[in-house]
Amino acid sequence: MSDAAVHDDHHDHKPTGIGRWLFSTNHKDIGTMYLIFALTMFFVGGAMAMVIRAELFQPGLQFVNPQFFNSMTTVHALVMIFGALMPAGVGLANWMIPLMIGAPDMAMPRMNNMSFWLLPFSFTLLLSTFFMEGGAPAGGWTMYPPLVFQLGDGFPFLIFAVHLLGISSIMGAINIIATVFNMRAPGMTFMRLPLFVWTWIITAFLLIAAMPVLAGGVTMLLTDKFFGTAFFDAAGGGDPLLFQHVFWFFGHPEVYILVLPSFGIISQIIPTFARKPLFGYSSMVYATASIAFLSFFVWAHHMFAVGMPLAGELFFMYATMMIAVPTGVKIFNWTATMWKGSMTFETPMLFAIGVLFMFSIGGFSGVMMGITPVDFQYHDTYFIVAHFHYVIVPGIIFGIIGGIYYWLPKWTGHMYDETLGKWHFWLSTISVNVLFFPMHFIGLAGMPRRIPDYSTQFADWNAIISIGGIVFGLSQLIMVWVVIKCIRGGEKATDEVWEGAHGLEFTLPSPPPFHSFTTPPEVTEASAHS
Amino acid sequence: MAQQGVIKTAKKLGLFAVAMFGFGFAMVPIYSVLCEVTGIGGKTGVISQSEASADEVDADRLVTVEFDSNVHPDLPWKFKALKYKMSVHPGEMSEAIFIVENKSDKAVVGKAVPSVAPEKASVYFNKTECFCFTKQLLEPGERKEMIVRFIVGSELPEDILIMTLSYTFFLVTDNADVAASDTKAVKTIS
Repeated sequence: MSDAAVHDDHHDHKPTGIGRWLFSTNHKDIGTMYLIFALTMFFVGGAMAMVIRAELFQPGLQFVNPQFFNSMTTVHALVMIFGALMPAGVGLANWMIPLMIGAPDMAMPRMNNMSFWLLPFSFTLLLSTFFMEGGAPAGGWTMYPPLVFQLGDGFPFLIFAVHLLGISSIMGAINIIATVFNMRAPGMTFMRLPLFVWTWIITAFLLIAAMPVLAGGVTMLLTDKFFGTAFFDAAGGGDPLLFQHVFWFFGHPEVYILVLPSFGIISQIIPTFARKPLFGYSSMVYATASIAFLSFFVWAHHMFAVGMPLAGELFFMYATMMIAVPTGVKIFNWTATMWKGSMTFETPMLFAIGVLFMFSIGGFSGVMMGITPVDFQYHDTYFIVAHFHYVIVPGIIFGIIGGIYYWLPKWTGHMYDETLGKWHFWLSTISVNVLFFPMHFIGLAGMPRRIPDYSTQFADWNAIISIGGIVFGLSQLIMVWVVIKCIRGGEKATDEVWEGAHGLEFTLPSPPPFHSFTTPPEVTEASAHS
Repeated sequence: MAQQGVIKTAKKLGLFAVAMFGFGFAMVPIYSVLCEVTGIGGKTGVISQSEASADEVDADRLVTVEFDSNVHPDLPWKFKALKYKMSVHPGEMSEAIFIVENKSDKAVVGKAVPSVAPEKASVYFNKTECFCFTKQLLEPGERKEMIVRFIVGSELPEDILIMTLSYTFFLVTDNADVAASDTKAVKTIS
């Protein structure tokens, strides 16, 4: 996307060469770097998933030893969550928020640069553990003690990697809130903000509230291991269960940190291609805020099987059920937006509808697991693997991909190849269901997660799942090709890009100038709300 | 000017982040208080001699208290209760004796961590004297009797007829060589 700024204003000189990227303070360049980093990590994490699926293609041990297999599941999760999903979300926020609110750039451009550049360092720390004595983290991405202490020399690297990631995302979140609160164009009131901006404000607040708690938790792990404290060590009067509380107090809001930006993206896409304003704008804002608020009171539903008192189990069960209400409001509003709209099905719309359908599948299995008594059957089986992959892959990644297709012409100035985009969508959608749907069956039948070998009764479904996985992985290469092709050239995109698209980003030329809005645009009730 | 507003917002949010980092640590005491109040994790209480004698003895009721003793694999000790169970009246002061023996040829320090099951009962189980409060040093081959004085509160719910007091002895190391012994422990486990 290096020619994104070719049509630059003449009065400001744009840095060139490697320095343009290393020292960048430009929201578009930093956004681009975030997205490229996320894509790279998506394939790194994807390669690990392929190792997992290759090993599980047949029962028995074929390719890797169990220790390495466990490293694959653990690091796959860390790389995908912190390396692919979160940076992709932040990248889109960087690119789009200033454009959408009519600001020239992010509020704190230098801090923006730092939050990005911490990421490569953090993942260097994390991935270097593969070459250390004791190997990479293998005790699960949740880092439960005492198991996590069995990690060898890589342990402090894991902790410091998490610290850097935390600092990076907290700075990113502060920047986003500071931008939206202080740099909106005249007339851009809060209730006129595009929903993508709204979901990101709320996500940013979640980040600032949740990430420091994780940082505290892993710091306690560090001092337990090296400085003789006993926060989680029963021998010293501590309690390993406490870590699970600390972790999930972060971990559950983290789920919404990942998914809310995707909700925001499809709230932009669906009105455009349904050619109708978003149904129930204000209820969308309130629903998002309620989801975020409730997310701090449900953490122990990840821990139903640890032996909580009955009152605790009941409280967390009902609180969890309650989240289904605002989520239902959102699903309803998206559906109602499409109702009687003159819809067309370009690739971004296909991905958005994919999110709507398949996120709901993941949402429903989530409600199933929220019911305490039945959760004891699902706990630590492939059913949970099916659930969170349905939420994450077709729920979040499809949303991000939809956003990329939606705004790609805006970024590059060229239309992407629609035929290839449709191929990407259909191959991904079919394979993602072949990949994850059968996991529900083997999970209910009792196959535990995080094991390299399994009982032969699960063999057939596992083979099918692995085939789905390989097809899904390869399909993503189509997207890379579409993006490269689109950067290189193609049909010229108009300012509006999509017929009838609303929002300030579509009033700028495609690609937008290096500095977005040097004179703030005026926003009226009519021009707001897509 | 917008820039001032930006700095103000950023400062507030930064403070919020620092406060949440503190909250992560605050969860430790909160959790421990919560456990004590509700009995989660089988945490037992401590009361003074005078408080204990103030409780009324319910001579009509008998509860069975069982004793369970464990030793962490890193600790070369033998540890068992002299009597595996006893019947006590709620509100009555009782005494149980445990035998610990150091089977190694080195002086070793250990510490016992107590727990009571069922959780519901742990709130009513109080000790006035226990070897679990302090670190215990045993010379090579030394054998020691250890005493715990406890009282089961007379308020104990009627449906609890039997409860278990469990101790696990852990190896205590000096802070200085904790890290070293940890990696050693890791090697033994893996």
